[in-house]
Amino acid sequence: MLTSTRLPAAMFSYDFMQNAFAAATIVAIVAGLVGYFLVLRGQTFAGHALSHVGFTGATAAVLLGITPLSGMVAATVAAGIGMGFLGERLAQRDVAIGMVLALALGLGLLFLHFYTSYATQATALLFGNVLAVDIPTVWILLGLGVISIGALALISRPLLFVSLQPELAEAKGASLRLYGVLFLAIVALATAECAQIVGVLLVFTLMVGPAATAQKLTTSIWLGLLLAVAFALAESWLGITLSYYTDWPCSFWISALSAAVYLGAMMPQKIKASR
Amino acid sequence: MNAVEFDHVTLRLSARTVLSDISLTFDAQEFVGVLGPNGAGKTTLMRAILGLVAPASGEIRVLGQPPARSNALVGYMPQQRSALHNLRLSGYAFVAGVVRGQRLGLPLLNKADRREVDWALDMVGARDLARRPLAETSGGERQRLLLAQSLIGRPRLLLLDEPLISLDPRHQQAVVALAKSLQSELKITVLFSAHDVNPLLPALDRVLYLGGGQAALGKVDEVITSPVLSRLYGAAIEVIELHGRIFVMAGDQEVGRDAHQHEASRSDV
Repeated sequence: MLTSTRLPAAMFSYDFMQNAFAAATIVAIVAGLVGYFLVLRGQTFAGHALSHVGFTGATAAVLLGITPLSGMVAATVAAGIGMGFLGERLAQRDVAIGMVLALALGLGLLFLHFYTSYATQATALLFGNVLAVDIPTVWILLGLGVISIGALALISRPLLFVSLQPELAEAKGASLRLYGVLFLAIVALATAECAQIVGVLLVFTLMVGPAATAQKLTTSIWLGLLLAVAFALAESWLGITLSYYTDWPCSFWISALSAAVYLGAMMPQKIKASR
Repeated sequence: MNAVEFDHVTLRLSARTVLSDISLTFDAQEFVGVLGPNGAGKTTLMRAILGLVAPASGEIRVLGQPPARSNALVGYMPQQRSALHNLRLSGYAFVAGVVRGQRLGLPLLNKADRREVDWALDMVGARDLARRPLAETSGGERQRLLLAQSLIGRPRLLLLDEPLISLDPRHQQAVVALAKSLQSELKITVLFSAHDVNPLLPALDRVLYLGGGQAALGKVDEVITSPVLSRLYGAAIEVIELHGRIFVMAGDQEVGRDAHQHEASRSDV
């Protein structure tokens, strides 16, 4: 028999669970939408690298005595804009990005080393701690989310054009650089948001997993965006719920669900192809 | 009105002079093949017409106006990129992404936009294949979708950059025939660049041959001759006609053909 704390209603009687679901909902919507364009543009690795730069920013912020989230936002947005200005060719150069990513993690480790009393901070930043999100943080996440979705909506048509047909878009007067920079700034905000839920190392789980799955399942842009959001929402809600019942880390469940859903979407195609 | 005029135009890419002091005119409703070895300036010429490369000297006029970006009267089909091969978006979404694509806002299509996309797809007979994901189309089908995309905005001048790359001979013929029928049906000017003149022979009004910074424009039998090509290549070139095909030979090597065959062997038919 289930004890009363095992019922779903009891789950929502805790403030920290309410905050966790609110934060996860905001972040999943942002991650699904931004991730869709990230996958479409083939810049997923760049997104991954941005989250590592966010780690450096967050640890530096901790060292300076300001909130990790503000340091993370500042670092990712600066890095996103910088990457955008260096151009598409660099944003897709795996070795260069990998080096930046590794250096960012190394610097983050150094900053943590100087701030020795913050031992648990490292795990929280790297793997997320959605159950520790407080109400002010939920409001900040909502504000950042509105900004990134608003900006994405504003540039979505030309962004799609420069992503699908860059040379033609350029000829029709759309600036590849401008939209490349703006988009990576939006990705940076979304990355900082995701890191609050699943940590910098698992940003892929929310940004790339759902969007990549959606693009495997539909050939329509709008349906793809909708599916990406739906998967991100379902995976994070279910992940938090499973974490509540099992006491295993949330980020583990979300990453496991994200991978499982992606594999599930791949299977029918692989089977069809092997016939 | 002439489609394009070049008046003593020099085109440079950073320090390299691609075309030097070129003067030529493309007439209205003309099908022109743009030929020449890799790096001879075929793409640069098109980008100059699009207003993406400013001439270092001289003057270009496109449909009577100076070249300008976002000129709806000039259609452009860039060289195909391999990134498209994995795109799971439908051909329709791919073509529709171009409609008013440079404007800010959401990528929503109104009724007029949808009519425009349908018209462009009908012009190339791609209404049905546009429902499939781009990743599941053949090289020839993709070129038809790209052609439809270049027709959005109803251009008077169409610039097609290497549409035959990575196609087998049968699909090459189909793409040339389609481009020719678009040119005569819509009464527009088409510039069609290629490595090899042979697939274009049924469609050509004139040919523009680029090489060594120089250009030669005229009928096929005026331009593709040993003296003209030897001057452009700066080497002894022999032109041989056999069974209605033209072979451009440098020594015992056939010029340009190997580039095509190399690409064709990778084609996914």
